[in-house]
Amino acid sequence: MNLNESQIERYSRQLILPHVGGKGQEKILHARVLVVGTGGLGAPCALYLAAAGVGTLGLVDSDKVELNNLQRQIIHSTPAVGTPKAESGKKRISELNPDVNVVAHNLKATSENILDLIKPYDIVVDGTDNFPTRFLINDACVMTNKPLVHAGIFRFDGQIMTIMPKSGPCYRCLFPEPPPPGAVPSCQEGGILGAVAGVLGVLQANEVLKFILGIGELLVGKLLIFDALTSSFRTVKVPKDKDCAVCSDHPTISKLIDYEEFCSLRKEKK
Amino acid sequence: MSIKVRIPAPLQKLTKDQPEVEVEAATIKDLVDGLEKHFPGIKARICDENGKIRRFINFYVNDEDVRFLKGYDTALKDKDEVSIIPAIAGGSN
Repeated sequence: MNLNESQIERYSRQLILPHVGGKGQEKILHARVLVVGTGGLGAPCALYLAAAGVGTLGLVDSDKVELNNLQRQIIHSTPAVGTPKAESGKKRISELNPDVNVVAHNLKATSENILDLIKPYDIVVDGTDNFPTRFLINDACVMTNKPLVHAGIFRFDGQIMTIMPKSGPCYRCLFPEPPPPGAVPSCQEGGILGAVAGVLGVLQANEVLKFILGIGELLVGKLLIFDALTSSFRTVKVPKDKDCAVCSDHPTISKLIDYEEFCSLRKEKK
Repeated sequence: MSIKVRIPAPLQKLTKDQPEVEVEAATIKDLVDGLEKHFPGIKARICDENGKIRRFINFYVNDEDVRFLKGYDTALKDKDEVSIIPAIAGGSN
């Protein structure tokens, strides 16, 4: 594939990077990335991936854009309020970069559809807002050997880890089970500063681009923790759990699980 | 000895909004009991009804997860820092 003149201009600032160049840009243009959730994490992540020229970008979201989303979900705009988030994201990206083929998946990831959803993609980004979907995505990615970039945010805290199934630990090696309903405030109750979501979402995009380019060191086997109040990062080790229920040599989970929806606030709304 | 403990946001209500507290402890078990003494109610959030650390909360001594050390019996030494890190789910809505 030869880059055309407009692509050479568009990607010039990354083409001149020794780690990218024409070959790296071709890898990016051929990459297929699935972003689950176009919210606080998925919105900035998808925008940076699109701007970099990721060839196929899948956006999964079953929600509609709400006015209170716009404080942090920067892929959506005021006129998009009331429209499906996946479609809103697709529209914004098509304006940003016509090189990107955006596939809008206007649905909620479940045990029924998750394997088909992730299948056509090279890597998955978890930008969801609840434990059931996070464990579902982890388990599905481990079972199908699909790389996954996980991140979570709560108030001024963020966590991110990249999962390379088989070779590295998975999310269940870190946290074996989701909390029971009500044990952890998991969505609207917590509150979030938009910029904190942005930091973590952009870190996810950075992990994806390094994966595509095959450069640097991924956050495999370690959890990066961001404290927005002190603007500090630190990492803790995440060993592979030899008794992990899903990724060990003797898994006890071989079927995908739809855990109960946790956040009572969400339930009441629906 | 006195051990510095980082408290995660969801538990800071119990520590009077302090993100960091100091507790006298020689093991993780001591540390949990010490936390409960200073901040009643915190143990029930950290441990299940059998007194085991909940499976969505991790304790790190410096950067090591105690589940991969000696769990509750993991010994602490001077200048060790303990972090409590829960799973967090926020991201989208």
